[in-house]
Amino acid sequence: MKNFKYVVQDEVGLHARPAGLLVKEAGKAASAVTIECKGKTADAKRLLAVMGLGVKKGDEITITVDGADEAAVAASLEEFCKNNL
Amino acid sequence: MVVLKGKSVFHDVCMGKIVFYKRKEHTIKRYKVEDTEGELKRFREAKETALAQLKELYNRTVADVGEANAAIFEIHQMMLEDLDYVESIENIITSQQVNLEYAIGATSDNFSAMFSAMDDAYMQGRAADVKDVSERLLAVLLGEEESLNQLTEPVVIAADDLVPSETVQLDKSKVLGFIMQNGSTNSHTAILARSMGIPAIVGLGEKLCEDYNGKKVVVDGFDGAVYIDPDSETEARMQEKMQQAKAHKEMLQELKGKENVTRDGRKVKIFANIGKTADLANVLANDAGGIGLFRSEFLYLENDDYPTEEQQFAAYKQAAETMAGKTVVIRTLDIGADKQADYFKLDKEENPALGYRAIRICLTRTEIFKTQLRALYRASMFGNIAIMYPMITSVEEVRQIKEIEKEVREELKKEGIPFKEDVETGIMIETPAAALVSDELAKEVDFFSVGTNDLTQYTLAIDRQNQNLEPFYNPHHKAILRLIQMAADNAHAEGKWIGICGELGADTALTEEFLRMGIDELSVSPSMVLEVRKKVRELDLS
Repeated sequence: MKNFKYVVQDEVGLHARPAGLLVKEAGKAASAVTIECKGKTADAKRLLAVMGLGVKKGDEITITVDGADEAAVAASLEEFCKNNL
Repeated sequence: MVVLKGKSVFHDVCMGKIVFYKRKEHTIKRYKVEDTEGELKRFREAKETALAQLKELYNRTVADVGEANAAIFEIHQMMLEDLDYVESIENIITSQQVNLEYAIGATSDNFSAMFSAMDDAYMQGRAADVKDVSERLLAVLLGEEESLNQLTEPVVIAADDLVPSETVQLDKSKVLGFIMQNGSTNSHTAILARSMGIPAIVGLGEKLCEDYNGKKVVVDGFDGAVYIDPDSETEARMQEKMQQAKAHKEMLQELKGKENVTRDGRKVKIFANIGKTADLANVLANDAGGIGLFRSEFLYLENDDYPTEEQQFAAYKQAAETMAGKTVVIRTLDIGADKQADYFKLDKEENPALGYRAIRICLTRTEIFKTQLRALYRASMFGNIAIMYPMITSVEEVRQIKEIEKEVREELKKEGIPFKEDVETGIMIETPAAALVSDELAKEVDFFSVGTNDLTQYTLAIDRQNQNLEPFYNPHHKAILRLIQMAADNAHAEGKWIGICGELGADTALTEEFLRMGIDELSVSPSMVLEVRKKVRELDLS
């Protein structure tokens, strides 16, 4: 199991578009990917659940990857967050 | 053949198939089903169809207005495929042994309630997306194909009346004309038809019904008549009328490049009103001398969130550049009253026309206003932009605006962003109050532009959307003309110019009177520019 923390920089937080991008990215992984914020957890492959977290700018999210490709997925997701969120 | 009579808003004739647009209001029944497997299969099929529609919509929107605006349809696809959404529908079907439509409705309600309960205004707005996706599924199940943004061939649109959020979805190249049960000659559909230069008949009443969906129709905008299933004699007569209308249009084309000057040498500017950058081609095609009214609210109505400074800047810059040095008067946002955008979260009002709208929103939610002003000032570098403020009633409002303008200019300066220092600023004269204190207002601004639609509604105390009031609605009422005269005299006393940008500007029965009043500019729908030029050239004021 791999995880990393990230503070969301996007002005509007994880609204539909960035959440959609994240879900798409997580959807490529074979491993299970979860996202946690303010004590709530969601499956990062599910758009409505991710949007339901209501992540705002400045919120810290923890992304956890668990499965066969976890090391590679965690690295690429971290890169993705830096570039897109 | 069925003949219906209504009020015409544009003189032209068209022929085509009727598409009857009905606002979606699905009533969902809940009933037990034995064959839950069958329901699940129906779900999978409906989902595939809906996804294909969204893909198509995405591709077309990308091509039309760019990726940022199309992104919403990609999000809709993801919602439709979202496991939580799909599992919820499947669970309801199998666990409760109920029909698919009910499962969709219940799931839609649950998820939209979840979004509505969030403390973030943006996320609350997403409740509408979940509902939209669910409505699409239901529409597929009910076999509704045609919707306003999915027209495949040029058609005549029939409806009770269309609201702005519906007209913005229209693919204008696929609309031959409008026939409306309700609506007045000043409703949005009417204004849209005039700006597109296509025939429209409003106030046809209940006789225009859904049964005529798909039928052939001739719309005669000269007589306000609609012929459904026309007989061959009528069709031949209308063909001839179409030819005549075409010949008249061609005659007008010959006026291109000619001056707007009366026989005795009085010149007047004839500008065009536009609602979006896509209309710019029409402005050039009709040889307008500039843009007298660019209604910026369409940037707000087409978005599902506040348009960013960059989005706005791009649109204003494009208008300025396309007009290549000619005047482009851009009106700041006129949201409120009958133009609503959900994300503004405006309260329901008892009396919206007299309510929280236009400049009143700008002066209390200055962050929205400042974003727009920044975009306007930045775009001023690329042509001849003038800024115009709507719904002014007092000198104090104008002074407040000037304070904010100054703040914006100072911010831009501090950030080293270039803009023109001498951007012209003006106000709409659309309230009796503004006309009555126009002597003082003229000292504060560079120009006036009379918005006759609102000025008429406020002066005569007549709701312009209410068709029952049409008998009382006299746009040539002396009271209105006197207010315009007053504003014109006061503008000229201060050496300022005055234009008319409301529908009355294109009313050729008044062109002579306006010129005698000393009006400097008439701003009309692009399709009316040459018609007004023709009128001006026929006049002799001496």
